[in-house]
Amino acid sequence: MALSPVKVLQASNISVAFGGLLAVNDISFDVPEKSVVSLIGPNGAGKTTFFNVLTGLYKPSAGTVTYDGTDTTDLPPHKIAELGMARTFQNIRLFGLMTAEENLLVAMHSHLKSGILATIFGTPNQRKEEKEALDRAREILDFVGIGKWAGEYARNLSYGDQRRLEVARALALNPKVLLLDEPTAGMNPQESQIFIDFVYKVRAERDVAILLIEHDMKVVMSVSERVTVLDQGEKIAEGSPADIKSNQRVIEAYLGKAKGGK
Amino acid sequence: MAVSSQRKWATGYLIAVVLLFITYQFLFPWDGLPTGIYDFLQLWLPPMAVNESLVYVICALGLNIVVGYAGLLDLGYVAFWAIGGYCAGWFMSEFFYMVNLHFFGSVAKAAPGIHVNFWGVLLIGGLVCAFFGILIGAPTLRLKSDYLAIVTLGFGEIIPQVFFNGDNIGGFNLSNGTKGITILDPIPAGIKNIGPFDFGYKFIIFVFLAFVMIFISLRLRKGRLGRAWLAIREDELAASMMGVPLMQTKLAAYAVGAFAGGLGGVAFATHVDGVYAERFNFSISIFLLAMVVLGGMGNVWGVILGALLLSWINSTGLPAFGQTFNSRFGTEINFPSFTFLLFGLVLILMMLYKREGLIPESRLRLILHEGDAEEDLSAKESK
Ligand SMILES: Nc1ncnc2c1ncn2[C@@H]1O[C@H](COP(=O)(O)OP(=O)(O)OP(=O)(O)O)[C@@H](O)[C@H]1O
Ligand SMILES: [Mg+2]
Repeated sequence: MALSPVKVLQASNISVAFGGLLAVNDISFDVPEKSVVSLIGPNGAGKTTFFNVLTGLYKPSAGTVTYDGTDTTDLPPHKIAELGMARTFQNIRLFGLMTAEENLLVAMHSHLKSGILATIFGTPNQRKEEKEALDRAREILDFVGIGKWAGEYARNLSYGDQRRLEVARALALNPKVLLLDEPTAGMNPQESQIFIDFVYKVRAERDVAILLIEHDMKVVMSVSERVTVLDQGEKIAEGSPADIKSNQRVIEAYLGKAKGGK
Repeated sequence: MAVSSQRKWATGYLIAVVLLFITYQFLFPWDGLPTGIYDFLQLWLPPMAVNESLVYVICALGLNIVVGYAGLLDLGYVAFWAIGGYCAGWFMSEFFYMVNLHFFGSVAKAAPGIHVNFWGVLLIGGLVCAFFGILIGAPTLRLKSDYLAIVTLGFGEIIPQVFFNGDNIGGFNLSNGTKGITILDPIPAGIKNIGPFDFGYKFIIFVFLAFVMIFISLRLRKGRLGRAWLAIREDELAASMMGVPLMQTKLAAYAVGAFAGGLGGVAFATHVDGVYAERFNFSISIFLLAMVVLGGMGNVWGVILGALLLSWINSTGLPAFGQTFNSRFGTEINFPSFTFLLFGLVLILMMLYKREGLIPESRLRLILHEGDAEEDLSAKESK
């Protein structure tokens, strides 16, 4: 362990307060390049809030976020996304009345260049750019296994396919870090297994690190290289899945609130 | 594959255009036309009304970009219509008699005033409106939609008031106040200059402008910007998380929408051969909104239909129906006074039973996709 891996994402001493409630309390956290790390914790632990800070939706009351060498703490969300930090949402937030492929094209917005006039007149560059973007969108949809739904409205897809579409849309941002907020929520064990395989596939074929919020312990334990546990806004443990499984504070935190993992 | 619906719509409208043009340009002036038919057409489909409805189409398409595509409520769209109109008044008449500026104008060089070519004025009107769209959008688009609606409402009230009282702004006569600006230059169209009563030719010009707006709407919808607009309409937060800059994208919607308002304003000014401040009232904003909602927010073809239908009912349908009804039954009911009751009712019924409009956008998606497939095919064939 002489060479510590490059950190693609580093959050230092982050705190977020909602009125009197400290939803996130002085948390430092990093994501090594091309790794899969997980964030777990009982309901209301502050996991989603932490995601919202990383992606620029909330500004932390203290602390800094550094992504790929850039201080992103004060950047607007769309800038952070453009740099390559992509996320999915705990409650699916697709563009329902747009097709699956259009959902991906929206995520490519910041990487496309055509302006208003070029679009109106359909310049050769604009056509070329659109075609390439569409090809890439279809390629990503194939990659996540919903290629056949490319022209279907997002809101018409099945629940599981909508989850995949969210991941596909995030991948369309060409991210270095993929933040997944409870991607297997609402899935049955079989679908969760498919998702686990999918994470392996992403890691094998794409240069992207994955930060996972997950309640399903089977998923967490099988894909994570490192697990971080939050409880009431505080980091109570961090380590390999095996360490976490036997950590006394973690067991207490979960038993005390009897919910979530199996 | 069967002819795409997209093409069906376009063909349908095209046929209507040709028929109407023949009617007004050749049938109307023809001595052999039976007076029965002539009177019937004058009552139910007078050329003035048809041309006016095209102005509504142009503006409704612009408002559709703001409301239908980007999902931003705008209750003051009439302001752009007014600004466009005054651009025509300023730059195509003898109103500024103290100067003598000609730029490819259609009147004699000796005439005082500013005389810019109609096509140039269209561009000016559009751009000035786009500028104002950005100007009022920049500070207000950060607001939540309800507040945005109120601010646009205010803007739509203030601008016409400025023109209404603008005959003495520190000694400067900007708008000629209640008297308005009248007698505009004819439209230079190559072969001849089109005056206020050349309905047939003006009809073609307005159709052309409507076509330009259809083209712009459809092209933008399929491109990068249009997708960003829809994404914002669907889920603003998710859109920003996917790299869509909200302010910039909304401003673009405002600017393009306002541009169309400018075109419509200039067209309307040539249609009535003048600009009168009292014409630009709140009811126009609501009227346009009703057209967008009735037709199906976001669907270009539906919005056109909504605009034609409502405009016709307002200008012709209701009065003509009233006249026929009253003379048949010997009553004296003032039917046109029920216009807004009727529209209010239509809007409420739409919201209750058919929120997506007569022709909802969801069908448009299919339409566009059929179009895509055809384009792909023809692209392959041409290789
Ligand atoms: N916008 C907000 N305003 C006020 N309080 C908030 C807000 N967002 C979250 N909270 C509070 O912050 C705490 C942490 O919430 P958060 O959503 O981050 O939890 P979580 O770990 O994601 O939980 P879950 O597993 O249920 O998704 C909760 O007590 C929540 O009520
Ligand atoms: Mg959460």
